[in-house]
Amino acid sequence: MDPVLLSRIQFAFLIAFHFLLPAFTIGLASYIAVLEGLFLWTRRPVYLRLSAFWVRIFAVSFGMGVVSGIVMPFQIGTNWSRYSELTAGIVGPLMGYEALSAFFLEAAFLGVLLFGRKLVPPWVHFGSAVIVAAGTLFSAFWILAANSWMQTPAGFEVVDGRFVPTDWIKAIFNPSFPYRLAHTVVAVYLTTAFTVIGVAAWYLRRGRYAEESRVMIMMGALLATVLLPLQLVIGDLHGVNTLEHQPQKLAAIEGIWEGGPGQPAILFAIPDEQLEKNHAEIGIPKLASLYLTHSWDGHVKGLKDFPKEERPPAVLPFFAFRLMVGMWLVMVAITLWAWIVRRRLRESPAFLRAATWSIPAGYLAVTAGWTTTEVGRQPWVVYGHLRTADAVSPNLTGADVALSLALYVVVYAVIFGAGLYYLMRLVQRGLPEELPEARPDARPARPLSAASDA
Amino acid sequence: MTLDLVPIWTVILALSVFMYVLLDGFDLGVGMLFPFAPGDKARDTMMASVAPVWDGNETWLVMGGLGLLTAFPLAFAIIIPALYFPVLAMLLGLIFRGVSFEFRAIAKTSGKRWDAAFFWGSLVATFAQGVVLGKFVLGFEVSGRQYAGSTWDWLHPFVLVVGVGLVFGYVLLGATWLVMKTEGGLQQWARAKARLASFGVLGFIVLVSVWTPFLHDHIAARWFSWPNMLWFSPVPLITALLFLWLWRALARDGDVAPFLASMGLFVLCYLGLAISLFPYVVPHTLTLWDAATAPEGQAFLLIGTMFLIPVIFTYTGWSYWVFRGKVRAGAGYH
Repeated sequence: MDPVLLSRIQFAFLIAFHFLLPAFTIGLASYIAVLEGLFLWTRRPVYLRLSAFWVRIFAVSFGMGVVSGIVMPFQIGTNWSRYSELTAGIVGPLMGYEALSAFFLEAAFLGVLLFGRKLVPPWVHFGSAVIVAAGTLFSAFWILAANSWMQTPAGFEVVDGRFVPTDWIKAIFNPSFPYRLAHTVVAVYLTTAFTVIGVAAWYLRRGRYAEESRVMIMMGALLATVLLPLQLVIGDLHGVNTLEHQPQKLAAIEGIWEGGPGQPAILFAIPDEQLEKNHAEIGIPKLASLYLTHSWDGHVKGLKDFPKEERPPAVLPFFAFRLMVGMWLVMVAITLWAWIVRRRLRESPAFLRAATWSIPAGYLAVTAGWTTTEVGRQPWVVYGHLRTADAVSPNLTGADVALSLALYVVVYAVIFGAGLYYLMRLVQRGLPEELPEARPDARPARPLSAASDA
Repeated sequence: MTLDLVPIWTVILALSVFMYVLLDGFDLGVGMLFPFAPGDKARDTMMASVAPVWDGNETWLVMGGLGLLTAFPLAFAIIIPALYFPVLAMLLGLIFRGVSFEFRAIAKTSGKRWDAAFFWGSLVATFAQGVVLGKFVLGFEVSGRQYAGSTWDWLHPFVLVVGVGLVFGYVLLGATWLVMKTEGGLQQWARAKARLASFGVLGFIVLVSVWTPFLHDHIAARWFSWPNMLWFSPVPLITALLFLWLWRALARDGDVAPFLASMGLFVLCYLGLAISLFPYVVPHTLTLWDAATAPEGQAFLLIGTMFLIPVIFTYTGWSYWVFRGKVRAGAGYH
């Protein structure tokens, strides 16, 4: 068994499951802050009830995010020690800033957000919600800076094989970072929006919480109406950026083998790495050249323009990218449908059912997008400079990694299975019966788990 | 001229690791006492006493790991893969422990399962951290810039003894934390458990302190040469005094003093460890200076760290202050 391949599978497995949680909680933290703010401003109880409901969901999801997140920095030590040693000068500080500026902030103010409503004045409670939301965004900023640096490294020199920073502004704001940050943050906001819409639709279909569910669906649809077109623009800019800095990845995404002018947009194909061609290809002539180079006859490189040992896998990025775009189309359809039936939501069971079934769309889209960009970076771990095969810990045997991977799979199956089950149960139990009240006179009470009052 | 940043980073790293050991130490200790508690109501109170702070406590672990990576990448790249399975066990333990806080509260009927997960997660994570510590003291086989041993080298009697010792240490922290945060029957129970744990801690401190100088000559020379013996003699003396203070406070209804005394014991053990191992960051081959990264990387994070650590202390202190005082069961959810 090959420790490199097993370590890659282990890392991909752990980060894919971890990322499902921030993909939800980054948006949810902002949503809770908005709900708390709206309540302070309008005093409409519906916002407070919604906030109290989503805070419980947030507590469970965030807890799972924390524990699966702590695993990640240790992964690069246990399995990728060569990578750690060589890139520490740059990746270490970026992740260090994530811990310093985000993790501590989130943890301290989350306690107050979850358990402190009676202990602090309302504006401090609202402030804690805002700070938790800001913390999640700081975290996204730094971790995507580190990831983008691995995709499009800048601001460094290589001394004795080690990456030494020369210009931090260039290293942080490396060429792909602004696009990746915008693309990811919009994606996770959309993921949260469609989770909220789907849960509200589930309630409406059962005749529960008519007013609250309507508020949730319309808030979600409003956000999606702004963000879905924006995501199209950002995605296009991100693609053009990839064409410039990582042309192999782009060729794999587009399924282009032969470089040249006037490339078609391939809707479907089965790429074949052995024969270096596509089977069953369906494409629209010249369209890819148009959206990539903004000219009908623009020149785009193909995979065969690069030596075999510098090509990413052809199949996975190709299909993952199409899955992501497909999920975007699903979200567009649900949003349009929501506007059409907005005055008779309760009489539109087909829409409500479709909205609930679309909850996974966002999660599938971010996972697929992530797969596209990470697999597309191969065979490099630091693009163009450090190969993935040279980054693994030299002392590991295949059996070591197989054992750890098996344990992680078993534990994650239990934890994520249980987590999903409990989250669904929290949704079934519904919104809190009584409004949570601020009681500034109370001294520290039992800060029992946020979810216990369900 | 370039400033030598290694001493500053050593202090930051030592502080992060120590903050982690103290803070997560007490909540892991509460987890290990959990199944022995007198009743479900007591368990609710115990969990409630750490629920608002546990994830902040655990963040110090991430900070310690990233501090090691940033400032001493060579040490990170040797130590962490050498401890592949202890680190794995620690992470899996922390996962079970962490999710139990929320899962247990939702799963009222099948909550027992998560009570067990909370206990076993805490125990496994603590023992694994003790193994990490023990292996660290024992040292790592290094060739060139890489770890040269196998992934099972940590199986050594000394290492396992330190693992068990840390279990007692965290239980003591957890029990004295409960003495501070609870009242009535639960507090009396915690007092008794703290007393029991303290004897275990005393035994393991003596055992490890006697064993450690036999592991390496340079450790023995550090402690038992003249005049070092004179300079370092306060370490065992103050440790003894702290035990006396702890027992007195436990017997005389002190609420906060037992927790302070237990923390004091951890400070002294930590100090003793530092005396034994300085200046090694990969005992007993690479010093802090050997493993340090280029100053450019250190300096960038240092600026933020110097500014942000005081800020973190301030708001973390504030959040502890919000939840100050005794935790009462049945006071209702907000």
